[in-house]
Amino acid sequence: MNGESRLSLHPLLADPEGLRARLRPVAGRHRKERIFYFLCLAVSGMAVLILAALFGAITLMGIATFSWKFLTAPPSPAAEESGMYPAIMGSVWVVLLAMLTALPLGTASAILLEEYRPRSPLMRRIQHIIELNITNLAGVPSVVYGILGLTVFVYMFPLFDGTGKPVREWGVVYYDQFYNEADTVLLVPVNTLDAPPVQPKTGMLAFDADFHPVNLQVIGEDDPWPEDPERARVTLRETDMGGRISEKTWYYFCLPFGRGVLAGALTLGLVILPTIIIAAREALRAVPDSLREGAFALGASRWQTIYRVTLPAALPGIMTGSILAMSRAIGEAAPLIMISGIVFLTNPPRHLMDDFTVMPLQIFNWAQRPQTDFHALAASGIIVLLAILLVFNSIALLIRQRYQKPLS
Amino acid sequence: MNNTAENAIQQNMPRPGTAAADSGAPASSPKTADIAVRVDNFNAWYGEKHALKNISLNVPACRVTALIGPSGCGKSTLLRWINRMNDTIPGARAEGTLSVHGIDVFSPDTDVVELRRRVGIVFQKPNPFPKSIFENVAFGARLHLKLSRSELHGLVEWALKRAALWEEVRDRLHHSALSLSGGQQQRLCIARAIAVGPEVLLMDEPCSALDPKSTAAIEDLIWDLSEQYTIVIVTHNMQQASRVSDITAFMYLGELLEVGETDQVFQNPAHPQTRDYITGRFG
Repeated sequence: MNGESRLSLHPLLADPEGLRARLRPVAGRHRKERIFYFLCLAVSGMAVLILAALFGAITLMGIATFSWKFLTAPPSPAAEESGMYPAIMGSVWVVLLAMLTALPLGTASAILLEEYRPRSPLMRRIQHIIELNITNLAGVPSVVYGILGLTVFVYMFPLFDGTGKPVREWGVVYYDQFYNEADTVLLVPVNTLDAPPVQPKTGMLAFDADFHPVNLQVIGEDDPWPEDPERARVTLRETDMGGRISEKTWYYFCLPFGRGVLAGALTLGLVILPTIIIAAREALRAVPDSLREGAFALGASRWQTIYRVTLPAALPGIMTGSILAMSRAIGEAAPLIMISGIVFLTNPPRHLMDDFTVMPLQIFNWAQRPQTDFHALAASGIIVLLAILLVFNSIALLIRQRYQKPLS
Repeated sequence: MNNTAENAIQQNMPRPGTAAADSGAPASSPKTADIAVRVDNFNAWYGEKHALKNISLNVPACRVTALIGPSGCGKSTLLRWINRMNDTIPGARAEGTLSVHGIDVFSPDTDVVELRRRVGIVFQKPNPFPKSIFENVAFGARLHLKLSRSELHGLVEWALKRAALWEEVRDRLHHSALSLSGGQQQRLCIARAIAVGPEVLLMDEPCSALDPKSTAAIEDLIWDLSEQYTIVIVTHNMQQASRVSDITAFMYLGELLEVGETDQVFQNPAHPQTRDYITGRFG
């Protein structure tokens, strides 16, 4: 600093009297402060109030029909008999499978985008396009994912014929089922669903209702029915016609997937994938670079750094984001209407390809019926759904508080 | 310029009464003659910015070499190229010769993982992992060595003792490293670095985030470690450079202006810029 540029006070600030006259009134500022505070309080209070009112109304409507039976019984045409067990189990299957697919995929994508930043301009450009697309995908309406899932998972078009009928199957046996005059069930195995109907013949491989092999006896249309009950049990007339049934194991699998649990879960996985990627990226970005440098400095490779330092540090954040994505998934109805569409199922899913329904679909179905009894059921269903959501969100909160350690 | 720098070492090595002579190492001993890090005609860029210009410098083994100079002069850049920490920075590139104990740092045959095991680095801000004290020291050892449980424990104990931290943490090895004070954390980072068996230790302003007492502890440690390790330290603190280093290199605007025995550089700087910087007239 040289002497010429010595600072002097601005004329406004140099005159204490004039300055005081121009000061804004302090009281007015305090009043505005208070008004703004109460405005914020009122607006956020409103949100809480609306939620409370909603919850109160639903509880009042649904508490009467809410019982243990409601949780364990299948739906029924009679409102008082109805429950949502298949829908609850369907939701559990679909959401768990969706998480199982979306969590590894989403975490891996986030690691690629955050930890393997490319150096060449071309790859950087490609990476930028990928990032942009993921952000866009997060905003795509979930119905659109439903259509996507229908094409890609249900029909696997154009790999298969586009009808959604199983083309390749594993873990299933088909039978032609016969009822004879002694009212016993006899099963003759066939190769495929489309095989021609079985003409029963003596000596053919057959099973009784408990899948024990039996010695099949076939008699003519007009032959007398055997007297011996043991023999009558395994006898068919040659003109008897069977009905085709299938016996599917728990690991039954087919291509294309058809309108089963797996197709629904994969579709839902797509719906929450962008959310998980974004949450995982945020979590990875929150890990300070100094930790990565520390690992690199000790001679860790990129993968060792990710596996031993970055990912463990980011895991609580990734879990929190994923659980919030899960609570979104459990409330989704739109994409699953496309895939499943069924709301009257008496059994929970037994294998990956089985028919399924989910809680939001069941609730939607009950709510649109004309009988008011079913409206109460819908309210009970909403109680279950809200309870599950609250549990999920509490777990997310718990993880954030318990395991989110300071990182530096 | 480069000649001046190299000659400075050659000429000043035998000078009696220098730090080297005080510490009992005769100037003609093999210890001082060994060159650990050889930098020749080295240039580096960040994008378009020419950060290092024709640097030539020989870092003697088992001594402390201080890099000083005003902010932005390239001393951290030079340090971070020695074990290729700058690889991760987009747009950073380098040309010229840089070798550590005869190994060409930039050769395609050189494995950067092995290079960093042999050339450790300690950063300005202590950066322990959010793991236990034990796990922090065991981290690097586990990356590179196959060890039994007891061997690993022995190694961790040795490293913590060597870093003068053992007595303070022996009862809480499994507590979070983040519960340590800043100075302890920095010593933990040094323990972590020496546990993988490096030959060269790079220190990037290791004390600038610490209080005076912790700084003194680290400086003692640096002096102590220099018996076995070649240490290159970047510092903004003139007193620190004069206290801990044997050799001082002065850098200015990406160029190496002067290298010599620390006492020589501080008492009788050859270059006017060096004199101005050391006496606090700029920087």
